[in-house]
Amino acid sequence: MTAAQKTAGKIKDIKTLEGIAREIRIYILKMLAEASSGHTGGSLSAADIAVGIYFSKMNFNPDNPRWKERDRFILSKGHAAPLLYAILAKAGYFPVDNLMTLRKIDSPLQGHPCCAVLPGVEISTGSLGQGLSVANGIALGLRLDKIPARVYCITGDGEIQEGQIWEAAMTASHYKLDNLCAVVDNNGLQIDGPVEEVMRISPLHDKWTAFGWHVIEVNGHNMEEIINALDKAETIKGQPTVIIAHTIKGKGVSFFEGRVEYHGIAPTRKELEKALKELE
Amino acid sequence: MGTETQNSGVQIATRDAYGETLLQLGKKRNDIVVLDADLSGSTKTAKFAKTFPERFFNLGVSEQDMIGTAAGLALTGKVPFASTFAIFETGRAWDQIRLVVCYSNTNVKLVATHGGITVGEDGASHQALEDIALMRALPNMTVIVPADAIETTSVIYTIADSIGPVYVRLGRPKVPLVMPPDYKFQIGKARVFRIGRDVNIIAAGIMVDTALKAAEILSNQGIDTGVINMSTIKPLDEESVMLAAENSRLIITAEEHSIIGGLGGAVCEFLSENHPMPVKRIGVMDVFGCSGSPGELLKIYGLTAEDIINTAKKTLNAGGKAHQ
Ligand SMILES: Cc1ncc(C[n+]2csc(CCOP(=O)(O)OP(=O)(O)O)c2C)c(N)n1
Ligand SMILES: [Mg+2]
Repeated sequence: MTAAQKTAGKIKDIKTLEGIAREIRIYILKMLAEASSGHTGGSLSAADIAVGIYFSKMNFNPDNPRWKERDRFILSKGHAAPLLYAILAKAGYFPVDNLMTLRKIDSPLQGHPCCAVLPGVEISTGSLGQGLSVANGIALGLRLDKIPARVYCITGDGEIQEGQIWEAAMTASHYKLDNLCAVVDNNGLQIDGPVEEVMRISPLHDKWTAFGWHVIEVNGHNMEEIINALDKAETIKGQPTVIIAHTIKGKGVSFFEGRVEYHGIAPTRKELEKALKELE
Repeated sequence: MGTETQNSGVQIATRDAYGETLLQLGKKRNDIVVLDADLSGSTKTAKFAKTFPERFFNLGVSEQDMIGTAAGLALTGKVPFASTFAIFETGRAWDQIRLVVCYSNTNVKLVATHGGITVGEDGASHQALEDIALMRALPNMTVIVPADAIETTSVIYTIADSIGPVYVRLGRPKVPLVMPPDYKFQIGKARVFRIGRDVNIIAAGIMVDTALKAAEILSNQGIDTGVINMSTIKPLDEESVMLAAENSRLIITAEEHSIIGGLGGAVCEFLSENHPMPVKRIGVMDVFGCSGSPGELLKIYGLTAEDIINTAKKTLNAGGKAHQ
């Protein structure tokens, strides 16, 4: 492994990262429109966080997806699969053109991520609440092998209503997994409405603190804040870090922003055209 | 570990064999890691935990998290053995097993203890009678029910070397040894004790011993009866089932599980499509268990040698005479 390969993704320039995030949003919208189904809102809300993690922080090698020393990215909110796929394509795991096969027969780009068919996907997700436990297991395994890689895990804010998330929160803290960084995409919405109305999760900061985590809150659409938080997380020892990212569901497309109904609806051709004009 | 009993000699619980084997395996291989959910004393993983604390992870009472953590460990190249009681392992964490073990095809070994009615006094909440059905329905899953301590040891060594998800169901009580000491388990390969010309009993777990007793009595009474230990329930050893089917007039399945979805279900599915013939299922008749001693419960729920014998005779009498 050459040093160049190891750090293939590491970009520090904020403007460049913002440009990638814009590009990722365009891919997401195009692939969803082509598939005419899928999850728009939550793919867009987590785009900046995911780009920040993947391209400024992570060591990975698309030519050797199972490289033992790679950093790991777990998309626990698997319905944001288009985001993961756009990132993996951009990172070089497969040609960008393949994004247009999303949700189609024989495509490795399944409706929700499937690790058995798509290199770069660490674990299959889609049933909410499970990614953090898997991230813990990876973090434990890396520590046993004395591999200094880090594990990142993005969850939704509705998703953390799942009890298993809090089981995993206890585990990460109990085992002092400081090689783990979770991010909650706190867009305030889930399927049936605002998270605080469907099932209150606040006070979020206090909850994670009480579970033994180091908590950082950021504007999840401010790349500089995201990078600073990720840098800070790396310095925290003896406990896991969670970044609560305040985000807007559907971020980047004015007529999707904050709209609960665009959780699981793909843009129409017309909406795509309009959306691209806003982004390009 | 073993105690003498009047008729069949040494008895060892399969979970004790598991605990001991896991310890030996841990000494040989440092990629073996073990997870438990606050039942390590009962599942016997505590033995491994004591010797290899850095490779043992207690998740507390959180089975779903345990399965996810095991999958994560497997992704780093470890071979995780995750243990708790069969009902909590397969029931509480079924969706986790489905998504991050089977669908993700991670190399996780689920070894559950306290399967079946012989859990005894703890009662129905703790008696897994549906676990085999739950695990058998999952693509990529291998399902194994060892008959005794000898087989358990061989199973554990074998699955440590196999790649992919495995469910092993073990029991609580001490049970007799039925397999020869030099027996080597192979995934998907049944142990044919004997093929009978009238009846063949296809059994798994503690019911293998019961089947052997029943077969001896039946054969002494002129009903030629064979026994197969079908320890791998999935993938089913279809060749052995066919051998038994083609050479006899009645197949009896025997398992410490619901008659729905377990070994009986697997055998019926195969035979109805490939060699339709009379099959009778010995198992728990689609009801929950209750508290009592294992021996009493086996009687109440119809899992004794007598039950097998009666079923064989009744069915053969209804359908014609024993072989000429
Ligand atoms: C276990 C489980 N239950 C239900 C669903 C259906 N579902 C998909 S997305 C979702 C809402 C998730 O909300 P949130 O985590 O806030 O996601 P985001 O807003 O980031 O899209 C639900 C209930 C699921 N995928 N998994
Ligand atoms: Mg949300």
